Amino acid sequence: MDRFTKLAGLVVLGACFATSPASAAGGKSPLADPSGIDLDNVASLQRGAANYMNYCSGCHSAEYVRFSTIGKMLELSDEQLIDNLMFNADKTFETINAAMPHADAERWFGQAPPDLSLMARSKGADHIYNFLRGYYVDPDSPTGVDNVVLAGTSMPHVLWELQGFQKANFEQHENEDGSVTMEFEGFEMLSAGSMDAEAYDEFVRDTTNFLAFIAEPVRQDRRKIGVWVLIFLLFFLVIAAQLKKEIWKDVK
Amino acid sequence: MTEDDLDRNRRHFLSVAAAATGVVGAAAVAIPFISSLKPSARAQALGAPVEVPLGSIQPGEMVRVVWRGKLVFVLRRTEEMLERLPSVVDDLRDPDSTEFADHQPDYAANETRSVKPEYLVVEGSCTHLGCAPLEDFEVRPAEGWEGGFFCPCHGSKFDLAGRVYKGVPAPSNLRVPPHRFVRDDLILIGQDTGAA
Amino acid sequence: MARIETEVGKPQGGFMKWIDDRFPFTKTMEHHVTKYYAAKNFNWWYIFGVLAFVVLAIQLITGIFLTMNYKPSATEAFASVEYIMRDVEWGWLIRYMHSTGASFFFVVVYLHMFRAMLYGSYKKPRELIWIIGMLIFFVLMAEAFAGYLLPWGQMSYWGAQVIISLFGAIPVIGDGLVEYIKGDYAISDITLNRFFALHVIVLPLALIGLVFVHIVALHEVGSNNPDGIEIKDNKGPDGVPVDGIAFHPYHTSKDLVGIIVFLMIFSAVVFFAPEMGGFFLEHANFEKANVTATPEHIAPVWYFTPYYAILRAVPDKFWGFVLFAISVVLPLFLPWLDRSRVRSIRYRGWMYKTALTTFVITFLMLLWLGLQPAEGLYVLLARIFTVLYFAFFLLMPYYTAKDKTKPLPDRVVYHG
Repeated sequence: MDRFTKLAGLVVLGACFATSPASAAGGKSPLADPSGIDLDNVASLQRGAANYMNYCSGCHSAEYVRFSTIGKMLELSDEQLIDNLMFNADKTFETINAAMPHADAERWFGQAPPDLSLMARSKGADHIYNFLRGYYVDPDSPTGVDNVVLAGTSMPHVLWELQGFQKANFEQHENEDGSVTMEFEGFEMLSAGSMDAEAYDEFVRDTTNFLAFIAEPVRQDRRKIGVWVLIFLLFFLVIAAQLKKEIWKDVK
Repeated sequence: MTEDDLDRNRRHFLSVAAAATGVVGAAAVAIPFISSLKPSARAQALGAPVEVPLGSIQPGEMVRVVWRGKLVFVLRRTEEMLERLPSVVDDLRDPDSTEFADHQPDYAANETRSVKPEYLVVEGSCTHLGCAPLEDFEVRPAEGWEGGFFCPCHGSKFDLAGRVYKGVPAPSNLRVPPHRFVRDDLILIGQDTGAA
Repeated sequence: MARIETEVGKPQGGFMKWIDDRFPFTKTMEHHVTKYYAAKNFNWWYIFGVLAFVVLAIQLITGIFLTMNYKPSATEAFASVEYIMRDVEWGWLIRYMHSTGASFFFVVVYLHMFRAMLYGSYKKPRELIWIIGMLIFFVLMAEAFAGYLLPWGQMSYWGAQVIISLFGAIPVIGDGLVEYIKGDYAISDITLNRFFALHVIVLPLALIGLVFVHIVALHEVGSNNPDGIEIKDNKGPDGVPVDGIAFHPYHTSKDLVGIIVFLMIFSAVVFFAPEMGGFFLEHANFEKANVTATPEHIAPVWYFTPYYAILRAVPDKFWGFVLFAISVVLPLFLPWLDRSRVRSIRYRGWMYKTALTTFVITFLMLLWLGLQPAEGLYVLLARIFTVLYFAFFLLMPYYTAKDKTKPLPDRVVYHG
């Protein structure tokens, strides 16, 4: 191959794979800590499942997720599923429904709480992790709280007993064009919950981990299968390359 | 061997190896595609066992239920119906249910074809071509009819234990689905003892 | 038996002869495979035609299996995709292969088209092959666009909304046309249903037909090669081009290597990064279509963004649409825009080399810009590169005629 085509090839191939959709993830959030979840950590996922069923499933459904899938992937027996997770279902093949009827939810919150099956895929695990840590007291809000990650959220601070209530400090910044924006500076604890900050983060991390898991239960398996597929193709490649070399001996 | 021969051997070997690897790969790819046509998790969920309460079924009455999209008859037989069962044995093709072992679970391979003699559980699907047989429990000695099931499509006849008569198109007895008594007054169709 | 055979004059050749007397099987195989001679100096740029064929096969097969579980209705479509992903055994693999295949189709086709530009494969006598190829590309765009609505996610819905609205820019008939395409006053169940019909029947049939014609035309004229000289001009005593080698077993054994490498890259994406960082499966599309809320940032899928960037670069709805349409269609005229005496870049002068390099950068920049919000510097850049995009084509008759070319060799350059 001549130099030009080689170079052009590199440019095209490189560009195809190297660019990233810069703005696909949406605007920057003031609270953007990495969630640090680990989908291989079965214990964390099990705790997350319990957290989900205790604190989320009252209002949020996960309508595409079957208990049997959770059981299979998280190494839980049918008995364990029934005893520990299935509060409003009685068959393991059922999907996760919200305890609260959809219509009531719409009346109470203005909009029905979203289904959580795919939340971690549409918003990202980090978003969920920070959202659950981002509540602060705001007397003007109908729920008494607001959230630095999703301002004006209609979701109340469900986990207040665990986290306690915190205050958010904002600092006024004057922009070049004279407009004023509030920039988030940090939290200040008002009243302690039953958990300290570290334990609460851990709690939220487990829950986020579980949400990431149900967003794509097959994720870990597909990666394992992928390794074998690539090993097979590599083996095939070696044979095919040898065959090509052999056959092309004819070409002079 | 000359160098040419060596080359030819090597080429032959590599061709076969490449073809074989390709076939293995294609077969491996075919597996997911073929498996995807099996009943899905939802189909399995919808095909879950069906509970049938027995309390409201009077003796001599039959109820129809659907399990996995299939019609199932649950017939509560009277003493008199049960007494008539041995009388038709000579006219039946397979009175002891021995010919087709897969047509009933072992616990129903008896002369009443049931777990408890009183309750007959059979699939309402004629073993000829799948029509739904009709029940006809009226005894008409003049016609030689001792009560049982009659298929409207091609005239197959079955007795009160779902056993097929001789000389009709259906080749075998009506199938008995897996089932078990959860309590004395509750049957679970689609599940055996113990199995999930 | 023997007597009857002689009576009816049973041929000696056996089964193949029997077939060949009734269907030109051997003849077809020879014409297209065992006695189709292509130049021996093909480099790896020549793999992308075969790869496009491989991707087409992947899309057709996975597509058939997806239709077995997909429901083309506004209420059920989104859930049926998740049903495939979760409840259908191996459904996730089939779906990821199809979604990854869609993007790879464009990667491969763009590189295939670039190869033609490198070596002047569209030049006489291969103009028709190029035109058919461009038609394939147009159908492929329609196919991808229709297919993208089917998952009925937020991006499906709002992406379709934006693109269909483009036709509203056409004077007089625009608004009516938009309604006609949707079959409703807004994108709805009806739109989804007809896009499904287009995606799984109409456009694939057109695609298969065009690919068939593309290959028939190619095998009539013969493949070009990196030196851009005609191998048929130099035939041996047996009538076979001296620099040609049979498609099978030579090119097939080489293509097999390329196909496996491709499958490794393809599998790496399918198994390890099916979302490809939001490029192949966009994050917002994991949310069901919602008529009341547009996602913060809408961009078409990456393979449409070069043209989308051109559309947005123009501050006028009508002219934006016109430039967008022209930018898509313009490559169709390459065979007549290119006035060079030589085909291959190897024998062209600095002007074409510079122009083509600039064009590659332009195309990639437009692709990237189409993914960015239309504001500030991005708009300015999009305008600059839009000008460069059109300049490449419209100035081509000038700079290709003017360019100094090198003398062509008698034989293809091949170092065994």
